[in-house]
Amino acid sequence: MMLQITVRHRFAGFTLDVDVSAPPGVTVLFGPSGSGKSTLINAVAGLLRPDAGRIVVGDRVLLDTAARRALPPHRRRIGYVFQDARLFPHLSVRANLLYGRWFAPRGAQGARVEHVIEMLGIGHLLARRPGALSGGEKARVALGRALLAAPRLILADEPLAALDEARKAEILPYFERLRDDVSVPILYVSHSSAEVARLATTVVALQGGRVAALGPPEAVLGEVAATGARGIASVLRVRVAAHHADGLSELDTGAGALHLPRVAAAPGTVLRVRIAAQEVILSPAPPEGLSALSVLRGTIAEIAPGRGPAARVVLAVGDQRLIARVTQRSVAALGLAPGQTCHAIVKSVAIAPEDVGQQAPR
Amino acid sequence: MIGADWLGPAEWEAVRLSLRVAFWATLASLPLGVLTAYALARWAFPGKTLLNGLVHLPLILPPVVTGYLLLIALGRRGPVGQVLEAWFGIVLAFRWTGAAVAAAVMAFPLMVRVIRLAIEAVDPKLEAAAATLGASRAWVFATITLPLIAPGIVAGAILAFAKAIGEFGATITFVSNIPGQTQTVPSAIHAALQVPGGEDAAARLVIVAIVIAVGALALSELVARRVARRVAGA
Repeated sequence: MMLQITVRHRFAGFTLDVDVSAPPGVTVLFGPSGSGKSTLINAVAGLLRPDAGRIVVGDRVLLDTAARRALPPHRRRIGYVFQDARLFPHLSVRANLLYGRWFAPRGAQGARVEHVIEMLGIGHLLARRPGALSGGEKARVALGRALLAAPRLILADEPLAALDEARKAEILPYFERLRDDVSVPILYVSHSSAEVARLATTVVALQGGRVAALGPPEAVLGEVAATGARGIASVLRVRVAAHHADGLSELDTGAGALHLPRVAAAPGTVLRVRIAAQEVILSPAPPEGLSALSVLRGTIAEIAPGRGPAARVVLAVGDQRLIARVTQRSVAALGLAPGQTCHAIVKSVAIAPEDVGQQAPR
Repeated sequence: MIGADWLGPAEWEAVRLSLRVAFWATLASLPLGVLTAYALARWAFPGKTLLNGLVHLPLILPPVVTGYLLLIALGRRGPVGQVLEAWFGIVLAFRWTGAAVAAAVMAFPLMVRVIRLAIEAVDPKLEAAAATLGASRAWVFATITLPLIAPGIVAGAILAFAKAIGEFGATITFVSNIPGQTQTVPSAIHAALQVPGGEDAAARLVIVAIVIAVGALALSELVARRVARRVAGA
C-alpha cells in the first residue's frame, strides 16, 4: 500500500513543509530532534491538525484539507506505538492488548491474538498490570496492542528510544518480522541510523521541517549527516558465506569478504550490514601485514570535502557503495582521485551486532 | 450502652433529615459536578473564567447571602421558582428538597475542585492513545478518563456530603427552620440553644454531628485508598 503524505504546518519559528510518497514496507522518518518527525507522525495519526495537507494510505484518504475532510483519530484505523508505551495503568496487560480490538470493525483482518502473544513472548504477563512491567515488556505489550487493533497503518514514534541497548536488541527483531510477515505499511520515526539501516525500506531524511533526502537506505544514509558527521554510514547487502571454527562468520559483499564475530544466520542468508564511515580505512595498494581481516576492493566514485579537515570518499564496491570518512590530508597524501582503484579496510569489531539485520524482501 | 431513646424523637427526625438532605444533595449534583470539572479542566470556551467564578461564588459569599439569592430565584415568587412550580409542580421553598438544593450549592465548589484536580492529573497522552486505538471521545471518557478519576470523584462526593451535613447559613435563610421539614442537625442545634435548658439536646446533637463527620472522613479514606490501588495498577 502506497503512503502519500503532504503536510504544511506553521509553528512559532518553525515551518513543516513535507511532500512524501513512499512504497509499501517500512518508511523511516529520520532526522535530528526538532526536524519535524513527531509533528509529521502526529498529523498522520490525527492528533495534530496541520494547516494544510493531504494524507492517503492506499486508497483511504485520512486528511484532505482542500476538500475539508479530516477523519478523527479513532476512525483512522492506525496502530500507534508510542515512545513512552502509554499503556493504560488501570487495565491488565490482557485488557490493554484487547482494547483496540474491541473497537475494530467486525470481520476486520487483524492479527490473531494468540499469534501476537506468542510472537512477542508476553503470555506470562497477561494477568499483570502495566505498573509491574519492565521497560522492554512494556514496549512489547504496546506493540502488541497496536497490532491487535487491526490497523491499516502502523505508526511508531521512536519506540526504542527509551530502552537500553539490550532491550533495543530484544525489540528490533519484532519490527523486522512485522515488516517481512505482515503487509501493513509502517511509518517509523527514528534518529538512530542503526535502526534505519536495519528496518527501512524507504528513508525520509528530514531536516528543519523539510525533506532533505528520500529513497532506499543504501542511497540515503550516506548522503545525510542527520545525526552529525559521526552518523554517516553506508549499508551493504551481504550474503553469509560460511561460519568458521574460530568464531568468525564470513560475509560476501561481491567485492571482498567481511569477517564478523559469529552472526546468527544460516549460510546463504542475505543480511544488511551498517558500516560507520569513520571506521573505514583506505589504501590504494592491497594492504599487507595488517591485522584487519575485512578488505573490500573497489573504485573511487566520488570525493567530497566536508567542512573541517574531513573528506567523504565514496567507493563503488561491486554494485554497492561504501563510504569512508578520512582526513583531507590523507586524500592528498595518498593521491586519491575518482576512478582510481582503492582498498577499504574494515575492522571486524567495528561492526556491532545491532548493525547487522535481516534484509527486507524486495 | 446507649439506647435508641438516647435521642428524642424530634432529634432523631433532625438526624434522619440531615442524612437524607446531604445524600440527595451529593448524588444529584455529582453528574453536574463531574461535567463542570471536566469543562474547567479540559475545554477552552468563552466565559470559562465566568463559570469558574460562578462555581466558586458560594465558597466566598456569606452563606446567608447565598441562601437569600436562592430564595429570590427559587422561591415560590422567584423567576425560576415560578417556572418550576408551574411546569413541574416542584416547590423548593420551605421543603426538605429546598434544603438539599441549598446544601448542594454550598458543597458544589468543593466537589468541583477535588474532581478537577483528579482530571488534571490524568495524562492526556493516555486519552490520545485510546483515540488512536479506535475509541470515540465518549468511549475514551468512559473507559479511560472515568476509571482514572474515580478516586477523585469518590473523594469529592464524600467531601461534599460532609459539607452538606454541616450546612447552616444558606439552608436556614432559604428554607427556614421547620421541625420535621427543614430542621437539619445544625438548625436543630441552633434552635435548641435558643431555649432555656436546651443545652442537653444541643450537646447530644453535637456528638451526632461529630460522629457523622468523622465517619464520613474515615469512609472516604477507605474507599479512596481501595479505588486508588485498583487504578494505580500495581
